[in-house]
Amino acid sequence: MRYLPKSPADREEMLAEIGVASIDDLFSSIPAEYQLKRDLAIPRQQAESEIMDRFRVFAENNAAGYASFLGAGVYRHYRPVIIDSLVQRGEFLTSYTPYQPEIAQGTLQAMFEFQTMICELTGMEIANASMYDGSTGAAEAVMMAVRVTRRDGAVVARTVHPEYREVLATYAQHQEIPVTEVGYAANGRVDLAALDAAITDNTACVLIQSPNFFGTIEDVTAIAEIAHKKGALLIVSIAEAVSLGIVKPPVEADIVSMEAQSLGVAVGYGGPYCGVIACKEKFLRQMPGRLIGETKDMNGKRGFVLTLSTREQHIRREKATSNICTNQALVALMTTIFLTVYGKQGMKELAEQNLAKAHYAQTALGAGAKVLFEGAPRFHEFVLELPKSAEAVNAALLGEKIIGGLPLQKWYPELGPNASLWCATELTTKAQIDTATNYLIR
Amino acid sequence: MADEKFAGTPKKATTHVNQNEDLIFEKSSPGKKAYRLAELDVPAVDAASLLGSAARTDLGVMPELSEIEIIRHFTRLSTWNYAIDLGMYPLGSCTMKYNPRINEAVARLEGIAEAHPYQPESLSQGCLGIMKLLQDCLIEITGMDAITLQPAAGAHGEFTGILLVRAYHQSKGNARRKILIPDSAHGTNPATAAVCGYEVANLKSNAQGMVDIAELERMVDEDTAALMLTNPSTIGVFESEIHKIADILHAKGALLYMDGANMNALVGKTRPGDFGVDVMHLNLHKTFSTPHGGGGPGSGPVACKKILEPFLPTPVVVTRADGALGLEYNRPQSVGRVRMFYGNFGMFVRALAYILANGPDGLRQTTEDAVLNANYIRAKLEDTFELPYTTRTLHEVVFSDRLQAKNGVKTGDMGKRLIDYGFHAYTVSFPMIVPGAMMIEPTESESREELDLLIDALKQIAREAEENPELVQTAPHTTRVQRLDETTAARKPVLRWKAPAASEPLEADSAAKEW
Repeated sequence: MRYLPKSPADREEMLAEIGVASIDDLFSSIPAEYQLKRDLAIPRQQAESEIMDRFRVFAENNAAGYASFLGAGVYRHYRPVIIDSLVQRGEFLTSYTPYQPEIAQGTLQAMFEFQTMICELTGMEIANASMYDGSTGAAEAVMMAVRVTRRDGAVVARTVHPEYREVLATYAQHQEIPVTEVGYAANGRVDLAALDAAITDNTACVLIQSPNFFGTIEDVTAIAEIAHKKGALLIVSIAEAVSLGIVKPPVEADIVSMEAQSLGVAVGYGGPYCGVIACKEKFLRQMPGRLIGETKDMNGKRGFVLTLSTREQHIRREKATSNICTNQALVALMTTIFLTVYGKQGMKELAEQNLAKAHYAQTALGAGAKVLFEGAPRFHEFVLELPKSAEAVNAALLGEKIIGGLPLQKWYPELGPNASLWCATELTTKAQIDTATNYLIR
Repeated sequence: MADEKFAGTPKKATTHVNQNEDLIFEKSSPGKKAYRLAELDVPAVDAASLLGSAARTDLGVMPELSEIEIIRHFTRLSTWNYAIDLGMYPLGSCTMKYNPRINEAVARLEGIAEAHPYQPESLSQGCLGIMKLLQDCLIEITGMDAITLQPAAGAHGEFTGILLVRAYHQSKGNARRKILIPDSAHGTNPATAAVCGYEVANLKSNAQGMVDIAELERMVDEDTAALMLTNPSTIGVFESEIHKIADILHAKGALLYMDGANMNALVGKTRPGDFGVDVMHLNLHKTFSTPHGGGGPGSGPVACKKILEPFLPTPVVVTRADGALGLEYNRPQSVGRVRMFYGNFGMFVRALAYILANGPDGLRQTTEDAVLNANYIRAKLEDTFELPYTTRTLHEVVFSDRLQAKNGVKTGDMGKRLIDYGFHAYTVSFPMIVPGAMMIEPTESESREELDLLIDALKQIAREAEENPELVQTAPHTTRVQRLDETTAARKPVLRWKAPAASEPLEADSAAKEW
């Protein structure tokens, strides 16, 4: 086996040094009746070239060569080549959690830079070194708000990604956190009157998403005022981090839970991505996940360490703020490099291009369909009510090598079968938009 | 004289540039760029008028650098990390094995990396095929009946597994109240039980470091939902009475959860499904070689027996009537979703590539080599360090620092001193049942020559502990930074960089001169 650095003689000599006759002696603590006496029924050992061929076939059986208007929580943006050059350096790729800071300063400093950039992007005071993803991050943020306020209810906008809400429901049920959902107004934003009515003295937090699942930018200021008036915290979930290049950060929020996938992480059929929780400094002790802090070594030299680990499971066990251990460090590094490449000016220009493409797409496709939820600003997604069912339109568009928008009926039955969610990013071309438009107006 | 000769020499000593790389923000200069966007092929828009009051005006201290500076910055940082690619990383419980590069290559194939999770099933057959084949392999390897790949990491797998346990009991009318957890367990186990709304009952280990069967019998009752058992345990011992443990639980209607963190000691040699486990998680980033990446991403699939299958998270991969693969959402008894989409798919690709590269013979040999390596270290060092549990061990060995502690040298000191010899430290002070634990897991990826180097280093350190304890207590001595002040880091947390106020003088870097 090519990954195993031992000769048959090595094995024999080592067994002799240990003082056993055969390798089976080392497994003698496993009762004989449970020892596997046969080969596992899995594919035979394969050459590297065979593995490459096999995965090429898998890859060809996907959607290579199709243009796509799918977004809905996962966004295709150009990934600068240096991201993969750098994250594939063995020193980043094959290191562990930086528990020995003297030989992990590379990861630690990069994560400190990540935390800083996330603070700048989101307008929050502190950020952790990553969560699994946006959906579990949002659920963890709600549990964090429950600990902070010592209240136990959550009010959640229906314009939060439906799968985020499903994950929250799974987490909340055994924490005995009642979740109340609030609908949306005609402009696709949270229904403020319904929100106000839903918040009680026992509401720990309000969870919204902005830009929301329909692509509409919420009125964070107004929502924060309503939540804070009743002593509830405001959690803003951000699924499209590129929007922050041009959309005002939710500074009125108490906690921001962000999915950073769109910052240089491949869509990769759903993961791995990079969640992150950022918040006001006063909630630090209730923050879940790893935190990197600056300090000095014995000689006064600047260095970085994992810090405040008394919040975490390996110290606090059942009293920890969360059971999270492994995070998404390497993916967080990808986003750090992406943010460094685009930087202060590039993030703005990138976001502007997305805005321009989506504006063009919405106007063009709007000639053959009705654009829903007008009257509020949006970033790069929009909901179309098509002349026939979204499934039928999508099936026909596949013939044009186009994957259309996401049908919404499954989660929003009230919108009917013809509604679908479309997204355009800087990678969507005018030609692709025009092809889809030509089909719709035909 | 000197002043003239070196006219123009900067006041601040020039430092070793690779060893003193500043923070990216400190290297930034307004107007530098590392990007160029493609020419816009649609009309530009006026963002301010489209967004109104939602428009952002400034991005704060985001960096501005050129591409070469970014490459140098992160490359320099990378050289400050230790890594498996540099040498042995004997962190017990963490399974730091070689991460094959073919895995990275196949994960980046365009049709795989660019697949959108909502693209139609008909255009996702490749991705679904990867999931199906990986599932089939993992089910065979564990001897279980069903699996979900959705959990994002080991602790997330524990969460999912305990939710299955809870749903199972609930379907019988009573979710039950407590989860039993041995005192040797990982901290994630009790934290998970708490997140799932269970009380934790601690189970003391016996003199061999194994489950105390009599104590277990006394503790298991109709209020016990499950035992969370790491097998082999965190001291590397296989629970030889595992079936008795399962029987005791099952007799009271409780379930056996296995923490599969140490599954790399069992693959191809025995199967949890055969010895009574009802539900377990796997760590693809341990047993199946997906890279740890400085702390993540991981992946924590959960395998279970038939009785728990109805409760698996949605969606599940199914084979449709026409033979095509699909995602089934209609599962009324499901615990729900634990993560959006289908899990850390990129890790599935890598784990499957690893399984294919090994095949049944390679996986078995891998397990045997891992166990051989750990036992070799044990045999060579048991006269040097105290071995608190002499029971037969599998893939790791746990010594204690008792002999060296007499001279004031603790496990943490010796771990740090190991760094000076070119190794990563072993796992320090865990498991908690061993005071002063030194937990060593070599994995199968080490040659005999590398093992001998580690053994020599540890023997040398044991000698230093007697002859020159201070040398060990102040280690490491060869790293870019020395021991860091963690107390101040926690007391006065500085968790982000802030631009120094213009008037504020930059702090002198007193240590920099050494470089």
